[in-house]
Amino acid sequence: MNIHEYQAKQLFDQFSVPSPQGKVAHTAQEAYDAAVAIGGDNIVVKAQVHAGGRGKGTFKNGFQGGVHLVKTADEAKAMAEQMLGQVLVTHQTGEEGRLVNQVMIAEAVDIERELYLSLLIDRETSRPVIVASTEGGMDIEAVAEETPEKIVHQVIHPLNGLQPYEVRKLAAALKLKDKGLLKQFNVLIHNLYKLFIGCDCSMVEINPLVVTPDQQLLALDAKFDFDDNALYRHPDIAEMRDPAEEDPREVEASKYDLNYIGLDGSIACLVNGAGLAMATMDIIKHYGGEPANFLDVGGSASTEQVTAAFKIILDDPKVEGILINIFGGIMDCNVIAQGVVEAAKQVELNIPLVVRLEGNNVEAGKATLEASDVNLITASTLAEATEKITAALSA
Amino acid sequence: MSILVDENTKLLIQGITGGFGGKHAQLSIDYGTQVVGGVTPGKGGQIFGAATPIYDTVSEAAHETGATATAIFVPPPFAADAILEAVDAQLDLVVCITEGIPVMDMMRVKEAMQGSKTRLIGPNCPGVVTPGTGENSHGGCRIGIAPGYIHKKGNVGIVSRSGTLTYEAVWQITQLGYGQSTCVGIGGDPINGTSHLDIIKMFNEDPETESIIMIGEIGGTAEEEAAAWIKDNCNKPVAGFIAGATAPPGRRMGHAGAIVSGGMGTAEAKKAAFKEAGIGIAETPSDIGRTLIEML
Repeated sequence: MNIHEYQAKQLFDQFSVPSPQGKVAHTAQEAYDAAVAIGGDNIVVKAQVHAGGRGKGTFKNGFQGGVHLVKTADEAKAMAEQMLGQVLVTHQTGEEGRLVNQVMIAEAVDIERELYLSLLIDRETSRPVIVASTEGGMDIEAVAEETPEKIVHQVIHPLNGLQPYEVRKLAAALKLKDKGLLKQFNVLIHNLYKLFIGCDCSMVEINPLVVTPDQQLLALDAKFDFDDNALYRHPDIAEMRDPAEEDPREVEASKYDLNYIGLDGSIACLVNGAGLAMATMDIIKHYGGEPANFLDVGGSASTEQVTAAFKIILDDPKVEGILINIFGGIMDCNVIAQGVVEAAKQVELNIPLVVRLEGNNVEAGKATLEASDVNLITASTLAEATEKITAALSA
Repeated sequence: MSILVDENTKLLIQGITGGFGGKHAQLSIDYGTQVVGGVTPGKGGQIFGAATPIYDTVSEAAHETGATATAIFVPPPFAADAILEAVDAQLDLVVCITEGIPVMDMMRVKEAMQGSKTRLIGPNCPGVVTPGTGENSHGGCRIGIAPGYIHKKGNVGIVSRSGTLTYEAVWQITQLGYGQSTCVGIGGDPINGTSHLDIIKMFNEDPETESIIMIGEIGGTAEEEAAAWIKDNCNKPVAGFIAGATAPPGRRMGHAGAIVSGGMGTAEAKKAAFKEAGIGIAETPSDIGRTLIEML
């Protein structure tokens, strides 16, 4: 799960990770009030969406840029008016863009140096790793590509926690020499580590971490990713979820314990098991089709789930055919077949449907499918099923 | 021979009184597996099914029954504790079926297990099956949630991160008239107890295993590591499949560990590593069995 920049700022405040003053505003008036409260004549207005590249983005109404510097509270109000309720398109949002429901009003700080700092779980060692670079403010993947020597990785022992020498190594890598800065960095990195572990983050990325001309260390922008499996013990963080930032089909699917991810193709698929669902997408592509989605119905496939899945799939205007691939290991294939027939009737299916069932009591399942008055095609193997659905679409 | 477990393995089920754990405990008993006890705190002294005693603690259950392996079906918030309890009881093998355990919990469990004698398979996995010689492979050792009847006793070792995709491969091998030595689902989480490589090494040592199927998916570099080892050390034919070539980057594909991020963990890189190691690559999930058999 991701959160907005202003929510990241709230977590930073809670864990004493220094960042510039900032407040969220849902209306132009709130933006004005926030700018007055922050004071000064260097204010930045930032559109709040879960996507990078906001500064270089364009609103659908033609307004340029989702991040702007202003001098006064009146200007902040006018700027917020331009952004709120508008759709921002950046290189990460896709053509459809994201609706801006809130802006962050923050103190604009002068920058002497921009650094990069992130924490994540290193899969190779199964331990937390801190990634640091002097090349802040840039896309870290580009830095990794062009100048990998400028990125340092420090793996942390999860039971020992952050050690003083590790902090010294990271500070040296970031070329922090000033005594005051070293002290600030020591506090910041410890608090950040506490936040990372304590909130079950899967990633915290500060980019950039800035050094100001008066030698203050501040987290200017941050990206968070949380472990969905741990949200049950962080109700305050779970509250931060913004469904407006998610694909509405994915939100709907999650209500039925369906794992759905929308793609751009025309062949929808409905599969039990994540690995088999991925493999089904792959085989569709192999036979010249394009998958419209990833959809894992989990270990079982109840009528209610299949009906909900059909509705979500059919909501996508690009979908021209459906492939169901169920390996009913323990589940009775006949029960699944009855569920599919029932669901297809309920949604009045009128596009090609190929069903491949395998496993427990499969013959009875196939008989149920073939005896039904629902217009569907059956198949015995996944390859046969995929050939049939791609053929049905090109016919 | 087989790896990890055989028909003599004595098994405990942690979470045997839950709906999911109970159902699969019974299926294992029906398969002929020696389920010698269950563990549910507070329900010690009760009996599960026909005659399976339930204990309050794992160490008591292990002591009373001589069990050396356990299957964990407890809900995610309690699963890390359940694993550590089994490690404390010095079991040889812990198979954790539970899906949805927080990554931080698994990170601590993995560190805490360093130096212990226990091997962890999973979490978020279908389990381990060593097929038996009876009808529909009965009489073997089934730990977890895999359908027993799709197996057949034989000489193909199978290791995979996925559940149903494993069943697909197992079923293809059985349909082609061959059988399996042991099938191991190592799980779809980013931090797991046993890697592809760990299992491949065991298959390479196991006299009963004559060939190997390795099924991987996007995310991490475990498949690449196994492939590199196979290239230099494995003396048995290996065929493989990688799922997720069409998955969009940055998205978690159902399994918590199935994600391409920062250009790492792509299907393309894994297939290249397979090719480099001389592993036969199945182009589609329907070809996994055939790809291996053609190599024999």
